[in-house]
Amino acid sequence: MMDQPEYNATELLICIAARQMPDAVTAFIGTGIPMLAASLAQKMHAPNLVAVFEFGGTGAQLKRLPRAVGESRTFYRAVIASGICDVMETAARGFIDYGFLGGAQIDAYGNLNSTIIGPRHHPPKVRLPGSGGANDVGSLCWRNIIIMRHDARRFVPKLDFVTTPGYLSGPGAREAAGLPPETGPYRVVSTLALLDFHEETKRMRLLATNPGVTVEQVIENTGFELIIPAQVGQNEPPTAEELHILRDEVDPERFYI
Amino acid sequence: MHVIESGVGELIQYPDLDAFREWNRDKKSRALVDKVMTEQEAIARFVYDGCYIGTELYGTVRCPMSLAREVVRQGKQDLRVAGQGVEELDLWLGAGLVKKLDITYIGLEVYGTSSALRRAVESGQVESVVEWSNGGITWRFKATSMGVPFIPVRSMLGTDTFRYSAAKAVECPFTGKTICLLPALILDVGLIHVHRADRYGNAQIEGISGFAFEMSRACKRLIVSAEEIVDTEEIRRYPDRTIIPYYLVDAVVHAPFGSYPGEMVYLYERDEEQLKEWVEAFQTEEGTRAYLDKYIHSLANHQEYLEFIGRDRLEAVKAAVEGR
Repeated sequence: MMDQPEYNATELLICIAARQMPDAVTAFIGTGIPMLAASLAQKMHAPNLVAVFEFGGTGAQLKRLPRAVGESRTFYRAVIASGICDVMETAARGFIDYGFLGGAQIDAYGNLNSTIIGPRHHPPKVRLPGSGGANDVGSLCWRNIIIMRHDARRFVPKLDFVTTPGYLSGPGAREAAGLPPETGPYRVVSTLALLDFHEETKRMRLLATNPGVTVEQVIENTGFELIIPAQVGQNEPPTAEELHILRDEVDPERFYI
Repeated sequence: MHVIESGVGELIQYPDLDAFREWNRDKKSRALVDKVMTEQEAIARFVYDGCYIGTELYGTVRCPMSLAREVVRQGKQDLRVAGQGVEELDLWLGAGLVKKLDITYIGLEVYGTSSALRRAVESGQVESVVEWSNGGITWRFKATSMGVPFIPVRSMLGTDTFRYSAAKAVECPFTGKTICLLPALILDVGLIHVHRADRYGNAQIEGISGFAFEMSRACKRLIVSAEEIVDTEEIRRYPDRTIIPYYLVDAVVHAPFGSYPGEMVYLYERDEEQLKEWVEAFQTEEGTRAYLDKYIHSLANHQEYLEFIGRDRLEAVKAAVEGR
């Protein structure tokens, strides 16, 4: 048996996120970890993964890692280089299967904050970048995968600001607000665990813990009550092959990892 | 139409499409007029204190930096900015020129949050901050492009992004379901950087077109800067590549390396070291002032800026292009 290879927290996040992406689906890719995960998935099990970038690149071969959502690598050998309206409208028509999101705060319904920290909108205690395309992705893609660092300051009972919709206030709330039916957060890939959302209550549920992490640690680092099922799985650590591809092919310049 | 909820954000400019039609009739020449001028002349003529201004594209990509620097050089005040531009807005926020802001995302992607945004907004120096999504603000340009006062979309609903915008949620008169209406956005002046334009303003872009199509049709005044000024014959041979026709354009500025330190697809890559210097300098007010002095105020124009950057760096970003 091979020795377990060493890896860092970012590499683990990327590998677990990549495993959530099936082949031959469309996926809306943002800056950072989603780009690496999509590129890794393309090179591992999902060669026909269609990467969609918000400013117009669709179907790029992610040979080299984009550093920005509008740069040339987001449409390198793509099938179309169009513009933001085309991409967002493609999502609005139900053509984008997966979206990737992140944020400074997440609540039990998978709503996300990337706008401000503190009780007041303006002037705020801390100003964050804002929605960007996140609100559109969270509104319009079929299934959203959220990638987060996991601690109680980020997994909070109440967001300071709802930038991007998860299940809003619970079952039926998205549809009542006018968002397309059968959409919403699908998985949360965190530094501690893989989570999903309960079919009925739409509240966050623990699916599997990361290597070396206990269920108690996940609970301690979550600021709201998680659903803990009787059976909690364990995520496999990155394999030697995943790490090799990630380090030598996906991000050889070590821009992110 | 029954209004279910109204965002509390400020509608920074009333969407008067009739006035826009009249403007386009009376103020936009259909004649082929030579519009080539310098950054200095274009900004002096068309950008004014308090104007509602926007830029295209995004992040470090095809950004009209030579024009954005000239706005700082001329010290235009109290700008009302509708933005997805990142580098340009970071620059203007750092220089203290922004009074009101339609914001989607201002951050530095891999380099993290914008220190200039934080200082300008958290201090209240920016008086009004109105939230939108990237799709949202582009669809607002599209509404203007369509000549209508609003556009219905299925984004932003149910969130604080909606609540702090100037959008409205209404009951759709056809389906009875809730839908989000975004008000048309008419800019006083827009800045767009392109690969090539002729002297009249016919402009072509390579690679993704971002929101150049929509924004160029939603400006009362449009300044186009171009890497290359080409003969009109070149445009007429490949009219399918034209994104912006001349009659939308008020000024054409020849700006080689106009997006530097950002990138221009197929021509030059971004300059990572320059961007890092910028991000580090902007972490403090003193650093920002020193950066603006070094790269803008002590240089007379874009030509001097490029000479200051130096041939070696410019050749290096050209050589870094990866091709198709």
